[in-house]
Amino acid sequence: MLAAALVTGAIAATTEAKEKVKVGFIGPLTGGVSVNGIGGRNSAELSVRLRNADTKAKYEYELVVLDDECKPNVAVQVATRMAADKEIVGAATHYCSSTAIATVDVYHKFGLPVVVWGAVLPDITYRNKYAEVHRVNGTMINQNEANAELMAKLGYKTFAVIHDTTDYGKGHNQYFSESVAKLGGKILGTFGVTADQQDFTAELTQIKALNPQVIYFGGLTPIGVRIRSQMDKLGIKAVFDGTSGIVSDAFIQGLGPLAEGSLAFREGAPTEKLPGGKFFMEKYTAQKYDSPPEAYGAFAFAAMDLILDTIEKVGPNRKLVIAELGKVQDRDSIVGKITFDDHGQNTVPVITKYVVQDGKFVEWEDSEYASGKRKLPGQP
Amino acid sequence: MDAGLIAQYVMNGLMLGMMYALVAVGFTLFFGVLDVIKFSHGDVLTVGAFTALATFVGLSAAGIRSDLLLLLAMLVAAIVAMAALGMLIARCLVLPLRGAPALNTLLVTLMLGTALREAVRLFYPQGANPKPFPALLPAASVPLGQFNLRLDNTILLAAGVAVIVGLQLLLNRTRLGLAIRAVAQDEETARTMGIDFNAIVLVTFAIGSALAAFAGLMNGLYYNEINFGMGLLLGVIGFTAAIIGGLGSVYGAILGGFLFAALQTIGAVALPFGSAYKDVFAFAVVIVFMAWRPTGLIQEKISERV
Repeated sequence: MLAAALVTGAIAATTEAKEKVKVGFIGPLTGGVSVNGIGGRNSAELSVRLRNADTKAKYEYELVVLDDECKPNVAVQVATRMAADKEIVGAATHYCSSTAIATVDVYHKFGLPVVVWGAVLPDITYRNKYAEVHRVNGTMINQNEANAELMAKLGYKTFAVIHDTTDYGKGHNQYFSESVAKLGGKILGTFGVTADQQDFTAELTQIKALNPQVIYFGGLTPIGVRIRSQMDKLGIKAVFDGTSGIVSDAFIQGLGPLAEGSLAFREGAPTEKLPGGKFFMEKYTAQKYDSPPEAYGAFAFAAMDLILDTIEKVGPNRKLVIAELGKVQDRDSIVGKITFDDHGQNTVPVITKYVVQDGKFVEWEDSEYASGKRKLPGQP
Repeated sequence: MDAGLIAQYVMNGLMLGMMYALVAVGFTLFFGVLDVIKFSHGDVLTVGAFTALATFVGLSAAGIRSDLLLLLAMLVAAIVAMAALGMLIARCLVLPLRGAPALNTLLVTLMLGTALREAVRLFYPQGANPKPFPALLPAASVPLGQFNLRLDNTILLAAGVAVIVGLQLLLNRTRLGLAIRAVAQDEETARTMGIDFNAIVLVTFAIGSALAAFAGLMNGLYYNEINFGMGLLLGVIGFTAAIIGGLGSVYGAILGGFLFAALQTIGAVALPFGSAYKDVFAFAVVIVFMAWRPTGLIQEKISERV
């Protein structure tokens, strides 16, 4: 007992002796996509906790968490607040593309090194060449190519596109439409909708008249659920073809049996198939968070881990951290090797195709749809 | 455009319009009796829908399987709970602020709306996610060309009409309705005639909030999905509809609700690149309309200001 007390005391003493370093996390913690933000926040926090528990770590880290609400205007404010705090050395930032793209200039201006953990808009890393901005997850260009290829392979020729009018949805529309055109498919109609719209019957009635084989949806879970369920109300039998934005448990919970046969695509492998997926899930479960990490939790963990590794190596200095992050090549992480190109973009080649089968996102290759046992609507 | 397609648009518009009208009537009632704008109205609708869902989950867990019974229980629970919430809001927030500028009430209720919304998100299990709402009405449907006539939608529409007719009868044919109209017309005189002003205000808030609960349930049954943010835009649109109709006029609010739904539908269908701008279009038309007729379609009848 006494020994235990002494040991604890000793540990406390050593941790106190360590220099304190602040790191940041930004994601949507309130609002419609907050499940993803909270999953990411927990995952980033997990990375910090594990590091603080590691006696070999040189610094004691404190995580500063801010909420961007998935709104660009709010994001710019919180990003400025974080970047202006000189004690914060680096940050894992943004799930929503609309907020990530809105804030890159802020990070550049204040010289805060950030690693984006979930947003997929290509422009975030590619529009400028900011040394401060990095991204561990892939971009939406790759996932839309994979999407259009699968559709062509399955014999679908006609599409209607619904996308939200944020940068995220517009980007998806652009890259998917380009990929479809290349493969000889036809887009019969494109419908932009607002990200908080409730009623889609007007758009869907028009789509019903166009009679496409596939309804492609570029947007996030909440309106994805509404669109899929209202398709059913209007008796539309097309395939529901989504993006990384709907890969979440919330999509399936929100729809129940109606989710069956919905498609989605995402960069990187599923969490459980990642090199460090098992380790990550074990540690995550051990912390007893009341919500799951969701699809991008592992990326948030990897982003934060990368920042902490870098600080351990070069010390808590923003400029040195930026320089060091620029050199990341073939770095092992729980999401696989990380290699940043000259824009700070991780070059992840893997795209995972998903289909909802019996209330779960199942990898396409493992599904009964791929084996031919089940068929998507209108599949030849 | 073929007839089936037009019929489908009309049906979509009518369903939307009915929900807007029910919300708008609440706004207009509150404004009628107390000259206040209660901006938490849309969020009361959300809480009503979630109350109904919670009732459903609870009763299903208790083993009740009858759709009709479940539906009735949900309706009663949502309406009673929201009527109580409405009275509570009136008692604790709106009445005490009577002496203060109207802007204060507007602000307080705006904040209350945010509090209600966030409370649903935080305290309802997994409240941040969209929730599936059970389809309890018979789902039979007749495909008529491009038009999918659904029995459940028809029932909802009929129920909405019945509620509005019922409200009209209540306001125009009963002593309670007379008292509400009296208070709306002239508070002082109504008081001297022996009408209990506070009681009438509370009852009016109960009625308005019960209507919101009904609209929330209707919303859930129609879309089979509810979420904590659903009341926000519905509140704004309901308020707009009440303004178009002329605040204080029940007929105006109903008319305004359907008009706004029609504008949205036209915006989505008839404009090139329409759907992304349908709300922009609808609200722009409202702005132009307000410039033309600042008092709304129907001038205040029951709330004569001096």
